Amino acid sequence: MPTAVSARVLSRKLSMQIIRDQKIVDDTYTTFSDDAPLPAAGNIIVSSARFAKERAQLLARPEGTFGVRLKSDEDPAILAADILALSLIAVEFPKFGDGRGYTTGRLLRERYGFRGELRAVGNVLRDQMFYMQRCGFNAFELTPGKSLESALGAFGEFSVTYQAAADDPRPLYRRRAS
Amino acid sequence: MYQYDDYDQAIVDERARQFKGQVERRMSGEITELEFKPLRLQNGLYMQLHAYMLRIAIPYGLLSAQQMRMQAHIARKYDRGYGHFTTHQNIQFNWPKLEDVPSILADLASVQMQAIQTSGNCIRNTTSDPFAGVAKDELEDPRPYCELIRQWSTFHPEFAYLPRKFKIAVTGTPGEDRAAVRFHDIGVRIIENAEGERGFEILAGGGLGRTPVIAKVVRAFLPYEHLLSYLESILRVYNRYGRRDNKYKARIKILVNETGIEKFREQVEAEWELMKDGALKLTRTELARVAKYFVPPSYENLPSSENSLAAAALSPNREFGRWVANNVRGHRQAGYSIVVLSLKHAKIPPGDASDTQMDAIAGLSERYGFGRIVVTHTQDLVLPDVKTAELPLLFAELQKLDMATPNFERVTDIICCPGLDYCALANARSIPVAAEISKRFEDIDYLDDIGEVSVKISGCINACGHHHIGNIGILGIDKSGEEAYQLLLGGDPGNEASIGVILGPAMSEAKVVDAVESVLRCYLKLRESAEERFIDAYRRLGPSPFKEAVYANN
Repeated sequence: MPTAVSARVLSRKLSMQIIRDQKIVDDTYTTFSDDAPLPAAGNIIVSSARFAKERAQLLARPEGTFGVRLKSDEDPAILAADILALSLIAVEFPKFGDGRGYTTGRLLRERYGFRGELRAVGNVLRDQMFYMQRCGFNAFELTPGKSLESALGAFGEFSVTYQAAADDPRPLYRRRAS
Repeated sequence: MYQYDDYDQAIVDERARQFKGQVERRMSGEITELEFKPLRLQNGLYMQLHAYMLRIAIPYGLLSAQQMRMQAHIARKYDRGYGHFTTHQNIQFNWPKLEDVPSILADLASVQMQAIQTSGNCIRNTTSDPFAGVAKDELEDPRPYCELIRQWSTFHPEFAYLPRKFKIAVTGTPGEDRAAVRFHDIGVRIIENAEGERGFEILAGGGLGRTPVIAKVVRAFLPYEHLLSYLESILRVYNRYGRRDNKYKARIKILVNETGIEKFREQVEAEWELMKDGALKLTRTELARVAKYFVPPSYENLPSSENSLAAAALSPNREFGRWVANNVRGHRQAGYSIVVLSLKHAKIPPGDASDTQMDAIAGLSERYGFGRIVVTHTQDLVLPDVKTAELPLLFAELQKLDMATPNFERVTDIICCPGLDYCALANARSIPVAAEISKRFEDIDYLDDIGEVSVKISGCINACGHHHIGNIGILGIDKSGEEAYQLLLGGDPGNEASIGVILGPAMSEAKVVDAVESVLRCYLKLRESAEERFIDAYRRLGPSPFKEAVYANN
């Protein structure tokens, strides 16, 4: 997935809104491209490549102020060792039909124990958000132009689910009242 | 059969409402056609050549009489009075209007049916042996496992956007595979190991389409409680590593081939090690809860009817005798028989049934059985529990309905895709070829003499008509703007799985029907005895005599 972005601020301005924990909120993070200088303070998101290169400096930032962005083909295992130091992980969905991020989400939550903000970024649309939420995502940067209000409707569409996933470790057959 | 509880019903009702909302948002322009496409596909709604096509799920092919009547109702109210049973044991309607689809889904939900994941890059309807639960040679009824897989795969949040579609088939009869499990993305075989324990053999990477592949064994023996965790492991490996750069190389068969089965197995096993003892482990309680819906119905205590069945096959009423010999199979319960209703004769496209027929079948399933009907992957229907003594009565009724053609597993029991008449992908028509073959072999009396042989026709290389696994396969191609047909011989979907081989140059529609006849005449001449089936003779003789027979005069 080519990053056709030359601006130093990659995706969003501070005033940008996202959905977090089923509410529309201001995005408090800024995403930086790999060659952009980082501000001394504030919440930032960098690529996994930059994190690998500048790991020591990044880990020295105040706790809870930086996150890493994973591409859809990146193995979340590369973040396993630092999982507690990250306050946010953003997972790219380059196209909404690219479903690798669902596995990435579940692995981060269920296998690597990530407890921070797990954010879906890229081609993020209302009709996939229910699945994303089940796979552990609690934050959504929607595709520009899409209504966040409408997207909130995604969370209430189903009252029952069959599978074990990041949102409930028990499949329905361990929850069914017999 | 399985009955929804409140949980299952809630999911289907909520799905109908969700899709209604999606259709409204599409019509208002809030979502684009590109964004809507996978949503409608995951609800079985295709854009065909002339109109939308709606595919409805029939889990493992099993319908109640009430559900069959609902299909008749849908055919009448929303379509043109008929439905089309598919090779994936589902039913399709070819003419619904988009705005009617939410109402159709709501109607379906009222009889515990839906169209969930009948299309799209997700886990599709789980298929099985059409004789499941009644076959004499069955080790264990596969349907409880199919139902568990259905529930596990319904809206699985991790696997809704796979690289490509994904099909799972289960068989409970180790000795005969009537579910073509080796040609599915995952095949599950219920087996007994050397210690006499029940479990599964798990195969993966089979498929048809442009690249036909026979599935490979991933695990030789899997204890029953690990079924879902093992499936989840395979799906996870596929979701992560399956190719997404080319839709024709995106099926799991390509991943398994490119990775190599050993390495693929290592990846699956490594994943499974980490989850096998987790919450996905099946509980005895859940298996028992689901299995109780599949306990045998209240059969009457009848004497064995094996002798009378054999006698009926030789009945002086030749029409009846032939039908018994070809379309009736022995049942595990004494006094009962399994009856196949042929949806194949020259007048209709294979697999089509009218609303009147569907209503009538529902009635027959109640009078001659326990109100159950099964769809076969050969696009026929099965009444699984008919008293052998009542076969003459049933036969008379089926004759009136045009569903007594005595051709199950015979040359005119053709599997056929919709072809160029309906499908946007097709290169050639397939229904007229099927009709021509039916007519040709209807006219000559040696249909019976030819015995068991399968003919499968696809209108393009996507192989919806399964031409690769027909004993005789026909593939429609585009030959510099003309419809032309290739002939393949030697395919077999069963335990001795094999992929058909192209016999020679492609030919015209008229010639291909002649060629089928030449092949069969050649077989009759060269077979060792009437017991040697076509496929066995082909394996013994190889393609040469058949090639000679077809191409010598051209």
